[in-house]
Amino acid sequence: MQSTFPLFPQAASSVASEVDLLYFFILAVSAFFAILVSALVVFFAVKYRRRHPDEVGHDIHGSIALELLWCVIPFVLAMVMFFWGASLYFTLARPPADAMDIFVVGKQWMWKVQHPSGVREINELHVPIGRPVRITLGSEDVLHDYYIPAFRVKMDAVPGKLTTMWFTATKVGTYHIFCAEYCGTQHSGMIGQVIAMEPQDYEAWIGGGRTTGTAVENGERLFTTMACITCHKTDTSGRGPILSDVFGSTVDLQDGRQVVADENYLRESIMNPQAKVVREFQPIMPTFQGTLSEENLLQLIAYIKTLKAPQ
Amino acid sequence: MNHAVNEPRSYLDAPYGVASWLLTKDHKRIALLYLISITVFFLIGALFAAGIRAELMTPEGDLFTADMYNKLFTLHGVVMVFFFLIPSIPATLGNFLVPIMCGAKDLAFPKINLLSWYLYLIGATLTLGAVFMGGVDTGWTFYTPYSSMASNTNVTLAAVGVFIAGFSSILTGFNFVVTIHRMRAPGLTWFRMPLFLWAMYATSLVMILGTPVVAITLLMVGAEAALGFGIFDPRVGGDPVLFQHLFWFYSHPAVYIMILPGMGVISELVAAVSRKQIFGYSFVAYSSLAIAIIGFLVWGHHMFVSSQSIYAGLVFSIITMIVAVPSAVKTFNWTATLYRGSITWESPTYWVIGFIGLFLVGGLTGLFLGAMGLDVHLHDTYFVVAHFHYIMVGGGVMAFLGGVHFWWPKMTGRTYPETLGKISAVLVFVGFNLTFLPQFVVGYLGMPRRYHAYPEEFQILNVVSTGGASVLGIGYLLIIGYLVASMFKPRNATANPWGATGLEWDIPSPPTTFNFEIDPVVTEDAYNYAGRAQKTGDN
Ligand code: HEC
Ligand code: HEM
Ligand SMILES: [Cu+2]
Ligand SMILES: [Cu+2]
Repeated sequence: MQSTFPLFPQAASSVASEVDLLYFFILAVSAFFAILVSALVVFFAVKYRRRHPDEVGHDIHGSIALELLWCVIPFVLAMVMFFWGASLYFTLARPPADAMDIFVVGKQWMWKVQHPSGVREINELHVPIGRPVRITLGSEDVLHDYYIPAFRVKMDAVPGKLTTMWFTATKVGTYHIFCAEYCGTQHSGMIGQVIAMEPQDYEAWIGGGRTTGTAVENGERLFTTMACITCHKTDTSGRGPILSDVFGSTVDLQDGRQVVADENYLRESIMNPQAKVVREFQPIMPTFQGTLSEENLLQLIAYIKTLKAPQ
Repeated sequence: MNHAVNEPRSYLDAPYGVASWLLTKDHKRIALLYLISITVFFLIGALFAAGIRAELMTPEGDLFTADMYNKLFTLHGVVMVFFFLIPSIPATLGNFLVPIMCGAKDLAFPKINLLSWYLYLIGATLTLGAVFMGGVDTGWTFYTPYSSMASNTNVTLAAVGVFIAGFSSILTGFNFVVTIHRMRAPGLTWFRMPLFLWAMYATSLVMILGTPVVAITLLMVGAEAALGFGIFDPRVGGDPVLFQHLFWFYSHPAVYIMILPGMGVISELVAAVSRKQIFGYSFVAYSSLAIAIIGFLVWGHHMFVSSQSIYAGLVFSIITMIVAVPSAVKTFNWTATLYRGSITWESPTYWVIGFIGLFLVGGLTGLFLGAMGLDVHLHDTYFVVAHFHYIMVGGGVMAFLGGVHFWWPKMTGRTYPETLGKISAVLVFVGFNLTFLPQFVVGYLGMPRRYHAYPEEFQILNVVSTGGASVLGIGYLLIIGYLVASMFKPRNATANPWGATGLEWDIPSPPTTFNFEIDPVVTEDAYNYAGRAQKTGDN
């Protein structure tokens, strides 16, 4: 666990040490320039101190060579930092394909978590080590931000949208979760813990959890109870499009545009159906804004993602 | 004292009376009106900061309620940014010096200048009104949808206040641009201008181009809150991230409104304390413009984890890294100017050295935040709080205070005790570092900003920070104390106490109402110390 007076955070994910490495690189470059310039300033100020009241400085107007030098060196260093930072960012932005999916929904002022098996928890997040975890984030009210310092990852939870982040925990332990985007009164109370466990312990924990069905099963149930099924059938007799294989496909819209059906598209199709109307269909789908919670929405999406056309 | 009958009176004396001040069109008096007002707002903002730091002495949220704490940091940010730092240098030193440095009798539009002060006051009063009606708790960033829907406080009133104050900056910027274009004395070509004028020119461009955007954005928040238009709130079909784009489109350049004038002041001070032409004058001048222009293209670096497209993020990151270069160029040029100078150890030098030290840390830590993969960890932690305080307070406020110390004799005709000037510079420098260095550490540890309560392991660093803030506070109070005290002493400043070049030093301290008895003609470059070496014997 954390000591009582730490000066450096624990590194408990696969990217943590990479982030730290970049940090130390920039720190070293910065320290070099900060010390160099400060030392020169003080040295000159002392060495060339005014000896009598009427003295003036030597007239030196500048030097193009020097100017170029101190444009180019910082520029090159800054570009190194840019590329390094960007490649790290791309790693952080692209979850591996085999990642396990966990849904997290922020609401004032708690984090609601749903595991693939349907187990839920609040403000805690149990994860196995050594396995990539992809978090799909939603928000029920205002902006929040899911931040796990020991993993060096954070992502905003944006109302009206789904966002994702991922990590692979590497060390068993308990780590802070903070809400890092200001969200009102209890912002600093919107905290929790990640509990990183050995995979078998995680399985045991998941097995012991009470569930009301997996996310997909819940989604399937909602698909019926919310009457989606009355319009979205598995044959063309429905008034809405067939949803099999829709996830990941390219959808033609009425206004001639095309979109790739990712999670955010599915979300928008349900919450704000008029925004993007599928070609050759009428804009008759009702909005489910207000009737579906953010969690139910994630379950529906999980279910729709599993729908496959019969071969 | 026997005044010759026809000797023109100083601007402070002619004429007397409250009305003559409140209706003045003299840029120098308006500068003083601003100086008094922003000092009041600085003290208010500092009081809020004291509240924040006191709360953070202990991990539990025990001193204030969470709501109260949220209002404290919101008001601290709003007051410090919009009512202190943005007007600080431009509206005080800028108002005082721009016409004089141009060799003009006043700004191009003296009445508009007065109007800008009144707009500032109206805006500030409305925002303070929001405080008394229960406060605002959105953070100075007013992020939606919290600010437009969830927050139950007086956001609209505060936003209207900021909106109106925005017009005062636009008018000031407009006045400066016209003055610099049209009213320079004969012979004062662009490349003979003091670098302070270049900096004010660049700042004015940012004010004119950027401020309308924030004004419109705040109007949209108001329209959404009051009329229910769906702009930023997803429940009514809006997009919360759009607000962030609009907000930062102004507010990042606003950071340059806060720091460019400081760079201008430091350029003047570096030349004067080393009695030397600025090394690489044209590079320093152009770098101001470069910063002002490129600064408009980096706003997305505040949004690397906001769900903005990762490709947009790439563009913002690379431009952010590029904008670091002109800042580095300036720093190197100031340093090089000291080489073989004749450096005084009077109080302005202390402020210059303090500025360079703190600005270096502020600028360099910006690189950490511009590197996207690292910013994911650092975003919205105390690392960011420390970074922007190094820029805005370490850079902006140090430069402002340096400028005030340097031009005080000119503005008031009084000198202050040199020793106190030095002691306060050292106190502010030490106190500042004690306050904000630990915040880099606690930020990398992961402590998020805007936290009322925090885990115990962050306490020691926070206690150090609060201790440092007390030292810093003493430093600031000391300055206000001896500067105010000097006003009650007889006028004792000579026309050119530092032996500096520049049109402002060729006229009496304090200047007469129309600045120049004879319209000046400029025949030399700025900072022509070597050329003037023979002539300076009057101190
Ligand atoms: C009244 C009939 C109706 C109901 C009920 C209905 N939909 Fe739809 N849905 C449609 C129609 C028609 C379209 C195509 C037009 C459009 O895009 O709005 C559609 C489109 C969609 C799409 C986009 C499909 C594509 O091919 O791009 C999704 C996803 C979807 N609906 C999901 C749902 C879900 C989930 C529910 C239940 C919560 C639901 N719908 C309930 C009629 C309906
Ligand atoms: C005088 C000493 C100062 C101290 C001790 C201080 C302290 C702080 C602290 C602790 C915070 C973080 C609040 C939080 O996120 O919970 C903060 C925020 C801030 N400070 Fe200061 N500050 C000082 C001076 C200034 C000055 C002069 C400025 C002027 C520009 C300034 C501008 C800001 C801004 C913009 C914020 C962000 C507010 C927000 O998050 O909404 N501070 N300050
Ligand atoms: Cu929060
Ligand atoms: Cu910025």
